[in-house]
Amino acid sequence: MANLMSVGTAIFNILVYPGFLFLGVLSLVYEYADRIIYARLQNRVGPPWYQPVADLIKLLTKETVIPSEANNRLFRSIPTFAFAATAASFLYIPVWNNRSLLPFDGDLIVVMYFLTIPTLTFFLAGWYSSSLFAEIGGIRAMMQLFAYEVPFYMSLLGPAALAGTWSISGVSQFYREHPLLILINIPSLAVAIFSAQGKLERVPFDAPDAETEVVGGTFTEYSGRFLAMFRMMLGAEMVVVAALIAAVFSPFFIGGNAALGLFLFLIKVLAVVFLLALMRAALARFRLDQMVSFCWKVLTPVSLAQILLDLIIKGAL
Amino acid sequence: MSKMIVPLGPQHPALEEPESFTLMLEGERVAAATVALGYNHRGMEKAAESRTYVQNIYLLERICGICSHSHSTCYVQTVEALAGAEVPKRAQYIRALIGELERIHSHLLWLGIAGHEIGFMTLFMYAWKDREIVMDILEMLTGNRINYGMNMLGGVRRDITPEQGQKVLEALDALEERTEYYKNVILQEQTVAIRTLGVGRLSREDGLRLGATGPVLRAAGVVKDIRKDDPTEVYNELDFKVATDEHADVYGRTVVRVTELMESYHMIRQILRQIPDGPLSVKVPNRIPAGEAAARYEAPRGEDFHYTRSNGTDKPERVKVRAPTLANLAAITHMIDGGFLADVPIVIAAIDPCFSCTDRMVRVKDASSGRDDVWNWDKLRQYSIEWHKKRGQDLGYRI
Amino acid sequence: MTSLGKMVPYLFKMMMKKTDTVLYPSVEAKVPDKFRGSLKFCPEKCVGCKLCERVCPADAIVIEKIADKQYKAIVRMDKCIFCGQCVDTCNKDALENTAFFELASGDKASLEVEI
Repeated sequence: MANLMSVGTAIFNILVYPGFLFLGVLSLVYEYADRIIYARLQNRVGPPWYQPVADLIKLLTKETVIPSEANNRLFRSIPTFAFAATAASFLYIPVWNNRSLLPFDGDLIVVMYFLTIPTLTFFLAGWYSSSLFAEIGGIRAMMQLFAYEVPFYMSLLGPAALAGTWSISGVSQFYREHPLLILINIPSLAVAIFSAQGKLERVPFDAPDAETEVVGGTFTEYSGRFLAMFRMMLGAEMVVVAALIAAVFSPFFIGGNAALGLFLFLIKVLAVVFLLALMRAALARFRLDQMVSFCWKVLTPVSLAQILLDLIIKGAL
Repeated sequence: MSKMIVPLGPQHPALEEPESFTLMLEGERVAAATVALGYNHRGMEKAAESRTYVQNIYLLERICGICSHSHSTCYVQTVEALAGAEVPKRAQYIRALIGELERIHSHLLWLGIAGHEIGFMTLFMYAWKDREIVMDILEMLTGNRINYGMNMLGGVRRDITPEQGQKVLEALDALEERTEYYKNVILQEQTVAIRTLGVGRLSREDGLRLGATGPVLRAAGVVKDIRKDDPTEVYNELDFKVATDEHADVYGRTVVRVTELMESYHMIRQILRQIPDGPLSVKVPNRIPAGEAAARYEAPRGEDFHYTRSNGTDKPERVKVRAPTLANLAAITHMIDGGFLADVPIVIAAIDPCFSCTDRMVRVKDASSGRDDVWNWDKLRQYSIEWHKKRGQDLGYRI
Repeated sequence: MTSLGKMVPYLFKMMMKKTDTVLYPSVEAKVPDKFRGSLKFCPEKCVGCKLCERVCPADAIVIEKIADKQYKAIVRMDKCIFCGQCVDTCNKDALENTAFFELASGDKASLEVEI
């Protein structure tokens, strides 16, 4: 009986809270937050609160057109892969306490691995669309992956090295015990925010789907519910990345009280989303070659120095 | 590396109007580029031949939505030259005032478009927000936001009152502050600088050889401005500098346009100070004496040219328009050759293109039979109606 | 000196300000007094000279005689370009521009109005 109960709880956890459904709702909420913050920074009224839902419903009701040249089966299944990878990575991120649903030592690496899959699916989606602009977009997404992935990993590894654990829950536990040490990781936070923009393909690193250059980029041929799936996935990815950055860089978890913990989680993710929206508003798009050299010449050395600094402090502690 | 051919246009998000650029890519680099024009030919010159001189003011004003005053002033100048009409000073000052306000709105619009092309939507939003200030002023002075309808043969249609002049001055203060901001902040923003510096270079020699005009040429350090070189209206009575820059790239073109904004504010203040009292127009007869005349005007995008030939009736025999974009088009392929694909939109946008204004006469010649008809307005219209009917687009309503 | 994020202080400042855009149909838009909007016709002033018909660049206006010294004007709002030349040309001030501009209609035939 107890066994059955725990299976039921596990299914509830995966499908509803804090799993799939919760992530879906969060992605809509934060998509709205992102859009309204962006609008207010531009002195605009911005969309009404139901706009992300309305967009989603509208896309779902639209006709789905699949190019006859495209590989039909892959074209249909790629958005699902992308969403599944994102949703899976969310299971390893702590929500209302400092313990994720399925914590184990090394889940930080696993989450980063999961977060690479969406970018790979962008490339495949572009490639199997058999459309010129989608192919260019896919190749650009791939080139960008090689640029931001290294600084993104390393910026998260710095704090983890100081904590001496590869588990997200362990990292947040460590910084909860030593809150002042988090100040050392501020350069790493900046690197993480910058490379997160690359991962989420937003301005200034949105070359793969820059509409003035490559029309819709990877998603040029996507329409209807498959595009809706991708849009949903992009929203979810933003939540996951923001939650990951929040978990690693801000240790102020309050265990025990679920409501307060959830509230603090939402605030922290909102703060990261605000930074992401601010960057989107304040910067112009980098050209791909400029983006690559910026990632390798600026972001990577900074995160390397951060790891070094963290290891030295670790030794001194 | 394998080569890829990318069609940029005629329908593409980077272009506001239809024009076809074919780019041959080597990776992200453009190895060769060609431009094909003619996607928005509206038969305006032909239509002008079947309308009276007065009706043509409004037709030719609609060549361009942004520099409408430039086209209508240029046309009106040719007709006034033919009729030998001496335009009153006050009317000339008002024309110059509207012309400079139009330049301000066009350059602010361009700044926003440039921001959009390099993915800087915030610049787009703020530049267009500031543009609303000058749009409101134009609406107040002329009765419309674009297609002001301010010109008439022999003068202008509306006077400006001292209260309106005061409002213009207030708006200018706000705009001047904003333009200073763009100069000090936007041009210093690093992401803007790296996307524009050294991009789309057009040297002084190439610019002159390819016949570029307007800010594109001035950004290469060539002092060439119709307002100085061939002053019409009251431009020889105003004190202003021709904005130039030595960068010869997209950054230089931005600097030139921002400097021109400052010059325009300066000029409008002078206009409002110096404007004399007097009549607004002189009478121009319906029938214009036979002859031909040409006029040049410094539109926001460069040199605008109009030619009118009269045969003594109330309709012109021939009207020829050369919009500034046509002069700059030849330079585009030169500027995008060897550049990055990502830079193509901003390089095209940097000439401030107005492709729809550019497309002029197309002569249809049947190669097999050698038939070479010239169509009149009615025939063209009939053809258009039938063309749409054949495609089931007839709304059952007379066109 | 160029640097990243030059606009950030200004963005924060504007975030606190009232938004510049409005939700148009629910917030009324204003136009200046001498706006060239929809036409108005005063039949008692019209003498039927049809000058307006002749100058109209868009063939949008037709003056019809309904009785002795009584005329009506039919305007094709879909063709009218709101240049106001007919208003300027009319010797008897029988035509004038109003500030009305919300003329959109789903039915093209309804744009042919008798004013």
